[in-house]
Amino acid sequence: MASPTLNSPNRTLTPVKLTAKDFKSDQEVRWCPGCGDYAILAAVQGFMPELGIPRENIVFVSGIGCSSRFPYYMNTYGLHSIHGRAPAIATGLSASRPDLSVWVVTGDGDALSIGGNHLIHALRRNVNLKILLFNNRIYGLTKGQYSPTSELGKITKSTPAGSADSPFNPLSLALGAEATFVARTIDSDRKHLQSVLRAAAEHEGSAFVEIYQNCNIFNDGAFELIKDAGSRDDHLIRLEQGQPVTFGADNRFAVTHPAGGFGLKVVEGGDAIVHDATVDDPAYAFALSRLSGSDLGTTPIGVFRDVRRPSYDELVTKQLVDAKAQADGTPEQMLDGLLHKADTWTIL
Amino acid sequence: MSAGAKRVEQLDRVVIRFAGDSGDGMQLTGDRFTSETAQLGNDISTLPNFPAEIRAPAGTLPGVSSFQVHFADYDILTPGDAPNVLVAMNPAALKANLSDLPAGADIIVNTDEFTKRNLAKVGYAASPLEDGSLSDYVVHPVALTSMTVGALTELGVAKKDGERAKNMFALGLLSWMYSRPFESTLRFLETKFAKRPDLVAANKAAFQAGWNFGETTETFTVRYEVKPARMKPGTYRNITGNQALALGLVAAGVRAKLPVFLGAYPITPASDILHELSKHKKFGVTTMQAEDEIAAIGAALGASYGGALGVTTTSGPGVALKGETISLAIALELPLVIVDVQRAGPSTGMPTKTEQADLNMALYGRHGEAPLAVIAPKSPSDCFHAAIEAARIALKYRTPVILLSDNYVASGSEPWLLPSAGDLPDLTVAFATEPNGEDGRFLPYLRDPETLARPWAIPGTAGLEHRIGGLEKADKTGDISYDPANHEFMVRTRAERIEAIEVPDVEVEDDDENARVLVLGWGSTYGPIGAACRALRQRGLPIAQAHLRHLSPLPANLGEVLKAYDKVVIPEMNLGQLAHVIRAKYLVDAVPFNQVSGLPFTAATLENMLEDVVKNG
Repeated sequence: MASPTLNSPNRTLTPVKLTAKDFKSDQEVRWCPGCGDYAILAAVQGFMPELGIPRENIVFVSGIGCSSRFPYYMNTYGLHSIHGRAPAIATGLSASRPDLSVWVVTGDGDALSIGGNHLIHALRRNVNLKILLFNNRIYGLTKGQYSPTSELGKITKSTPAGSADSPFNPLSLALGAEATFVARTIDSDRKHLQSVLRAAAEHEGSAFVEIYQNCNIFNDGAFELIKDAGSRDDHLIRLEQGQPVTFGADNRFAVTHPAGGFGLKVVEGGDAIVHDATVDDPAYAFALSRLSGSDLGTTPIGVFRDVRRPSYDELVTKQLVDAKAQADGTPEQMLDGLLHKADTWTIL
Repeated sequence: MSAGAKRVEQLDRVVIRFAGDSGDGMQLTGDRFTSETAQLGNDISTLPNFPAEIRAPAGTLPGVSSFQVHFADYDILTPGDAPNVLVAMNPAALKANLSDLPAGADIIVNTDEFTKRNLAKVGYAASPLEDGSLSDYVVHPVALTSMTVGALTELGVAKKDGERAKNMFALGLLSWMYSRPFESTLRFLETKFAKRPDLVAANKAAFQAGWNFGETTETFTVRYEVKPARMKPGTYRNITGNQALALGLVAAGVRAKLPVFLGAYPITPASDILHELSKHKKFGVTTMQAEDEIAAIGAALGASYGGALGVTTTSGPGVALKGETISLAIALELPLVIVDVQRAGPSTGMPTKTEQADLNMALYGRHGEAPLAVIAPKSPSDCFHAAIEAARIALKYRTPVILLSDNYVASGSEPWLLPSAGDLPDLTVAFATEPNGEDGRFLPYLRDPETLARPWAIPGTAGLEHRIGGLEKADKTGDISYDPANHEFMVRTRAERIEAIEVPDVEVEDDDENARVLVLGWGSTYGPIGAACRALRQRGLPIAQAHLRHLSPLPANLGEVLKAYDKVVIPEMNLGQLAHVIRAKYLVDAVPFNQVSGLPFTAATLENMLEDVVKNG
């Protein structure tokens, strides 16, 4: 097994030169024509060579749902598991194999409904996982029921009178779970998507990336407001480290921190805050995450939060390494010592 | 402390039950007495019995905690049916245990606790010590609490601390009565209270006061001796099933040269395995306390995928939650050990009481055709070897294995002849390193023709990148497949490969070789069944005993064994789950004998039942 001291995917000893083609598996891709997943797959395959990590040291783990077919199409190691459990399975893999670069691909139903518990605990532990949540605000594989990110009142096959439950804001949830890296991007903006993946890959610990993804069969146009060239500029807020948070034509809108208020607010022509994802207090990133709701009216994309805290993998590995330094003999000798470590007596 | 001048009587076996409030330290007292007894070389078997509540209301019946120890100058198989001696620390302990005592048994009572209030709490209108209701027993009234406090006042010990040391007074008294060596207890106290020298002194003084009381008082006229048992030569220690199981998993990692990864969620009565394994990082053992049972097995499976020996430990409710992940492990064909320390169900049931009612769940409790290997330990120390056997099957055949322990073997203890690490089975496995198909392709489901196991190709191995999952896979390539013939083939192959696991033949104990009745058991009932068979044979009634360790697959010779007898009786702590399997698979008219009281069978219960079968068919 490879050295357990490596705990960051971007600290590979011998960078290898690969191309996007090297990351394409021999499997036929079977998403619906026009699905946003194709764009994400192409963006990930195109980005992977940048990491310089040999393919054999990369593992994609997924749960169940349309997005979870992703590992089959990546020419790396891949594990298509069961509904909602990918973060748990990936935690065991990452904690026991810190030499690997482990990616979790999940969806809004997989991560936020059936697997909600595992997601929040993976983030709390800060396991060294890159978690890509494809959010299309619908259940696709089961043919069109509302999801935990669908807007209130959503009319679907299972909710003909409209859904009666309010959605999660995935980023607010991740921040509440103590996530150290939280970002959002969009399937159709390849450049932005890759820049977010880059930042996620560089982060040591859990990186949570929400990717708005269009389901053209069951929820087509869900993100049109922030995709359409005619409307997006007045609704999409691009977060850039060290830059004032402004948007709209001629940057006419600014995100400000109103005096005496707790959160952030969009104003026309005011003093914009300067974005800093490294602010330790999660309240700032949380306030950013609250700027957008179901209506996507003012939707920030980019890296919301990127702070450093020891990862679970690091802490677990350190305990193991420290304990192994106490080794005083062959494993069999130590085992004999362990078995005899009690009140013993001898019969002759 | 010197031996007194009292009469010394020889006994071949004794059963003592220490009983008190859950806060009285009865488990510790029993443990220490057991350890002293082990030092002397008696054979031992113990049975702790305590409520699930950490501190039930003081002095009440639900709050009674007890520890029974059976020791003898010969090899014994059970913690004993009925105590010869009851140590009752309060009226509740007396009332809760009295019905188990045979006439003539000794009762040592702590008279200080027999106050009006305490008697009323358990519904005694008058003190049983005074109303003649204990006339069938030999009662030794001892003012345990006040004598302990009295003995400690000169040390300046506060009354409250003094009262808490009363269990050591009781231990000192019993150690005197049964001529136990006490050095290990004194050493134990020094270690346990290393940071509180005042408590070391107090507890030692309480122990000594108890010993001296026995020597000087006229309440006790006889001292007893139980000579060492003739046991196989070697070095022994006393061990509980949970400890042995944990050490077996450590040993399996050492002998497989693999890291062990335990994912676990705390649950009674399995948590002690997690506690024990968390101490052994030096051996490359990682323990993860997961957010729930599902995450616990998920993490273990993830670690197995990465090349570790993945293990998850739980009890019945946890296995129910893990079912879907066990199915995934069956589809992925990866090694995984699932330990189920069974407790009384259904639902929360009785978490601290024993049962064998998870056999059906272990064998069948998954969706689809989802076969796996199931094995069960027969005694506390056997949990060590059973854990190694579970790991052997999991690693060699790349399959999940369910290890069915139960609370009786998990919490009970017995002497264990320590094996030498070098003599334990070699469990080394070879990971796949090279492509196994044409044109340098890697075929993750190309099987070993002998074991039908697929290659274990772990991430990090260049050239073997592959994708697997829970969707049905095509034979050899592992690609997703909905082909009808392929599914039929894969379902049958998964069944066949479990049936093909090599397990040892079941052995039959039939000393007289003329028995017509076979008693078949599995798991923790080995002790009481064995003791019952032994008693019958001593009385000239022939009976054969066979005991199953492997429940899936069953030993190849089992059908032949069953058919060699006129009658097969299957005692189980469930409503006949193994009996169903045997009747269905072998068309043998096996007779179930079932008990689901949360308590293990007594040898006497089985002896009476079997006697009837042997005599009357």
